[in-house]
Amino acid sequence: MWSVVACLVPPLVLSVFIFGVQTLLITAVSVASCVAMEAISQKSLGRKITVSDGSAVITGMLIAFMIPPDVSFLLPVLGAVMAIYIGKHLLGGIGYNIFNPALLARAFLLATFPVAMTSAWIAPNNSLFTFLGTTVDSVSSATPLAVMKEQGIEAFQAQFGTASNIYTNFFVGIQPGSIGETSALLILLGGLYLMYKGYITWHIPASTLGSIAAFTWIFGGDVYCSGDPLLAILTGGAMLGAFFMANDYVTCPTNKTAQLVYGVGIGALTVLIRLKGGYPEGICYAILLMNPVSSVLDTMFKPKRFAPLAPPPGGGK
Amino acid sequence: MTTLFTFPKGGVHPPDAKKLTADCPIETIPTPDELEIILGQHIGAPCTPTVERRDTVSEGQMIGEVKKGLGVPLHAPAAGTIKLMGMSDHPMQVKAPSITIKVDHEASANEHNVSDWSQRDAKELVGLVRDAGMVGIGGAGFPSHVKLSPPPSDPIDTLILNGAECEPYITSDYRQMLEMSTEIVEGAKIILKILGVKNCIIGIEANKPEAIKVMGEAAAEGSTSEFNVQVSPLEVKYPQGSEKQLIQSLTGRKVKGFALPSSVGVVVHNVGTTRAIYEAVVLGKPLYEKIVTVSGLGINKVGNFKIKVGTKLSDIVEYCGGTNDRLSKIIMGGPMMGFNVSSLDIPITKTTGSILFLAEEEIDTTPHSNCIRCGWCLEACPMGLEPKEIAIHVEAGKGEDTNQFGVFECFECGCCAYVCPAKRPLVQFIRLAKMKAKR
Repeated sequence: MWSVVACLVPPLVLSVFIFGVQTLLITAVSVASCVAMEAISQKSLGRKITVSDGSAVITGMLIAFMIPPDVSFLLPVLGAVMAIYIGKHLLGGIGYNIFNPALLARAFLLATFPVAMTSAWIAPNNSLFTFLGTTVDSVSSATPLAVMKEQGIEAFQAQFGTASNIYTNFFVGIQPGSIGETSALLILLGGLYLMYKGYITWHIPASTLGSIAAFTWIFGGDVYCSGDPLLAILTGGAMLGAFFMANDYVTCPTNKTAQLVYGVGIGALTVLIRLKGGYPEGICYAILLMNPVSSVLDTMFKPKRFAPLAPPPGGGK
Repeated sequence: MTTLFTFPKGGVHPPDAKKLTADCPIETIPTPDELEIILGQHIGAPCTPTVERRDTVSEGQMIGEVKKGLGVPLHAPAAGTIKLMGMSDHPMQVKAPSITIKVDHEASANEHNVSDWSQRDAKELVGLVRDAGMVGIGGAGFPSHVKLSPPPSDPIDTLILNGAECEPYITSDYRQMLEMSTEIVEGAKIILKILGVKNCIIGIEANKPEAIKVMGEAAAEGSTSEFNVQVSPLEVKYPQGSEKQLIQSLTGRKVKGFALPSSVGVVVHNVGTTRAIYEAVVLGKPLYEKIVTVSGLGINKVGNFKIKVGTKLSDIVEYCGGTNDRLSKIIMGGPMMGFNVSSLDIPITKTTGSILFLAEEEIDTTPHSNCIRCGWCLEACPMGLEPKEIAIHVEAGKGEDTNQFGVFECFECGCCAYVCPAKRPLVQFIRLAKMKAKR
């Protein structure tokens, strides 16, 4: 658990550089309220208090990572209540929650504070990165995918730069967006570290990102097979979702084959929401929609038994 | 190094902790004043005593016999008088019927003379093995003569000797392979003759290079035009020594569900059993002594000991200079599959392979928490089961519904519990499920 926290620290540090110290405060409030909420929930429900396992800290960081940098402190607190009390403990506590608590909090906040959640962006400060040769005219007031969705590709290119440096900007993370989701690079590094340590496997991130890229390429352009797959996985929190949320142990399937199907499902729903739905990003809802399917997938894709005693019965009693 | 043989699915790599006792030569623990011989020491019906209270018995005399069904006789490990037909502490059954012998230390020890087995025919040899009370002493306690008489419908082509010894801590098979390699190879040839087979493969995990070398030399020396014995190094991976896994590692054949290894033309014996078969056939010595590893940081003297069946744990502890303050758990068997015991009055049986006196730092007593569905147990399970599902069903009071998850295929190797980040006692949950579920 604490390794996951460690992997989330670099994106946070970057966000402090590009959005200012406000992001650190939001994250601190979010983590503190999640930890407090965990203790309060467990106390009130008569369960053993397990704040020291670090899972509430991760939830708190993830909630903060998914909200814009310039919101009221009330939002992360409410998010914590939604995530920990309702999303986690009322649904059974750690191990039994159906939905990813952090994503539930984001969905709740997006529904209750739609204006703040979609407009409190801060233009990125790229002074620290000018030496990298990546200059961005940072006056934008919406996330890249929102601009692209609502104003079209021309406006998008006008705001975020031309094809020459656009991928670098998004990859490094100098783009407007939620606190921790802007830098694909740092999230990727964190994810690779977790893979190296053996805590996560490649199945869910690869199938999620791969299918987002594939479906965007096929359906995302004016004609079939002309979309921009690279941009699709570098923006809109796709990396954060694929590495840190989709493969949340509790809410994803346990069998590897089922995990691949699950990832493709998330990818397909994400692209569907992005292209046809009302929201410019989509991975949050895509994961939430796939969460309850996990156990179904686990029932459909069983591990291959080494020496079955009888032909596998059709689903038990 | 040639390629190492292994099985494809699951398995774990626990720290092997064999260094503690690997260099301790086998030492004989003197016979205590009293021996308690439990009547049910094998799979099958327990023995019925053939002696009465106050009878005088000699070393190696039969004292129990199975009249009907599967089983093998029991023998007196030492000369003495029958003191009691009572109950003894038992690691699994709590109490079990036993015969107590008051040992006569004055009686002279038996002399065992080497006899030539090559003149005897297969049927005669099987009879000798059965009469010696031979069982699989690697742990299961399956009567050996049954394994040596496969049904005629299953033609056997390979004998596998299991020298994997994949459980951490245990070194008793290792020491036997180092010190008694010729006897083991000779035992293998006896089994080959009984089965009418030419080829024997001895599987040894690659973390025992000495044993591979010594056994390899003995095998080369013992091989003739009639019998071909060879050593195959195995990849170090628990549970490499499990019968079905070992067969797949060495021959690539898969044994189905309830089927016996003979269904794929293989018979598997433990190296320790093979040595005991040699003693039974060549020396005429029944099975009443065991090579046992005593290890762990909680006891003052560790080592590999030759112990008479019926010796109580307390006698062993006394011989080893007592336990120390660090002792926190006593386990009979290996740390992966063994049982925690609560009494030192438990006598050792034919199937005891090790007794571990573990200190606080060798065990993990963290209380378990909820399953977080990480799926690590699915990856670790060598049988391709879903331990987490079985455990969740048991917790929810639905243990009887676990047959659909193949609960009876589980051989309780403990890989799932070893990897579980929530420290869940998955094997114990599965044992409960087995009691509730019906086949």
